[in-house]
Amino acid sequence: MTGAALIKGHTGDWEVVIGLEVHAHVVSESKLFSAAATTFGAAPNSQVSLVDAAMPGMLPVINMHCVRQAVRTGLGLNAKINLHSVFDRKNYFYPDLPQGYQISQFKQPVVGEGVVVIDMPSGEPREIGIERLHLEQDAGKSLHDQHSTKSYIDLNRAGVALMEIVSKPDMRSADEAAAYLTKMRSILRYLGTCDGNMQEGSMRADVNVSVRRPGTALGTRCEIKNVNSIRFVRQAIEVESWRQVEILEDGGSIDQETRLFDPDKGETRAMRSKEESHDYRYFPDPDLLPLEFDQSFVDDLRAGLPELPDAKKARFVSEYALSEYDAGVLVVERETAAYYEAVVDGEGAGCDPKLAANWVISELFGRLNREGKTIAESPVSATQLSGLIKLVEDDTISGRIAKDVFAQMFETGTDAAAIVAAKGLKQITDSGAIEAAVEKVIQASPEQAVQFREGNQKVAGWFVGQVMKATQGKANPKLVNEILKKKLGG
Amino acid sequence: MALDKADVLHIARLARIRVAAEDLEGIASDLNHIIDWVEQLGEVETDTTAPMTSVVQMALKTRDDVVGDGGYADKVLANAPETADGFFVVPKVIE
Repeated sequence: MTGAALIKGHTGDWEVVIGLEVHAHVVSESKLFSAAATTFGAAPNSQVSLVDAAMPGMLPVINMHCVRQAVRTGLGLNAKINLHSVFDRKNYFYPDLPQGYQISQFKQPVVGEGVVVIDMPSGEPREIGIERLHLEQDAGKSLHDQHSTKSYIDLNRAGVALMEIVSKPDMRSADEAAAYLTKMRSILRYLGTCDGNMQEGSMRADVNVSVRRPGTALGTRCEIKNVNSIRFVRQAIEVESWRQVEILEDGGSIDQETRLFDPDKGETRAMRSKEESHDYRYFPDPDLLPLEFDQSFVDDLRAGLPELPDAKKARFVSEYALSEYDAGVLVVERETAAYYEAVVDGEGAGCDPKLAANWVISELFGRLNREGKTIAESPVSATQLSGLIKLVEDDTISGRIAKDVFAQMFETGTDAAAIVAAKGLKQITDSGAIEAAVEKVIQASPEQAVQFREGNQKVAGWFVGQVMKATQGKANPKLVNEILKKKLGG
Repeated sequence: MALDKADVLHIARLARIRVAAEDLEGIASDLNHIIDWVEQLGEVETDTTAPMTSVVQMALKTRDDVVGDGGYADKVLANAPETADGFFVVPKVIE
């Protein structure tokens, strides 16, 4: 299978099989079943209604915005939308779950099977199946480090809407799992249904890993809970698949269990109390009627979807003649794609699309990354970058000078044209002036001139360098080359 | 279907109910009677009947996405046996 990175054990090859459950916080003002706020980082228990605190007699009332967000996400994942779905109770006891059950969807989720296309470095697209997406409540937060014998509970997160997005076991390497998560995050952010902030826990993943001999039946899987960065997902898969291979090669067998990934130690370990953790005794929540809507509700939401990354990428390739790779990089974030388009044909802008892609990807991204800035914080606006690229296009400045100008634009926020004028960086395209400079260099270095005539390529480069130096880098390199050849007959 | 003492112990633990060892036998017998009684429902032919999810003929109540509740940590914490700095405080639970 494409993308399969086999593990070379000492008894032969093993294939890793991975499925992911992504938990994504729905972007909404209020919670799934209560009118308390969802803002991150508020004072403890200040965003808790009596519904969230599970006070007797309180009843859940569903937030339709959260339903719309789930349906929109389903549409973005090319998935079947179920017009009839049911909320169930998933029963377990934990201090941060005051109800004693989580309201979730078990047998009849709001979204069914779909598909996500992931982009692998090979350029070959891979389709990863989506099993389902359902809506559920998040639990509260337990703090274990405040006290030696006590845990502190904050219920602000309790009841916030989550989408659980379950993939099919279609991934075959840590790279594919990382690509899937990257793509999922990108789609959710385009749709505005989840902010994708893994640091704040808005998006986290449970990773199911098993290994098998290629072509044989699925092995026993282990589930690694709550992995909160793409890097850790990758690491967790690496160490867990090797752990399983080593057990199997030593003649052992894998226990189906829930494990935790410890990034400090670089290992996974079994969670305590696993024997009871899966006895959830689901049943339909008697407090809630089935969730029902008609096809026109779905069609309206579909009509309002933004252009998603795959479609945008395809358009960038066809409309701007970009490479698959460049287009893929530019569309990961909606904001970046918008910036790029503004450089290429925004109001008051407009320049060559390929040049623009190079500038955005190498120069702008490079500098933003170094300074830890997002594209929204870029000191150089799209119009300004377009202005700089136009100066390169019409030979006003050379590509090399343009990089210096860009650095100054980034520091000062000044327009390219103003910097070029103030510093006298305009390219010398006057062949008379270049000829004079070339003449001077040749006279000063007769020895090299002889070598040049004998066809020494290194000396040719050296001559160009000398002329550029004499003109402070402003000579048009093409003209310099032409004139050198003419003068030295090379 | 018949429950034995081990099943009763398991169910009791899931429900966080403490059951004395000498009571297990009697509870198992009681539960088995209840299950037998409920199992009579299995005699009704339901293959062509959609599951009833509610006894009332009405649609799910819904709500707009508006914040209008919360902001009373003191009320939420009022019945807690122990609190600190706005948190519930419970015996340590950690993996």
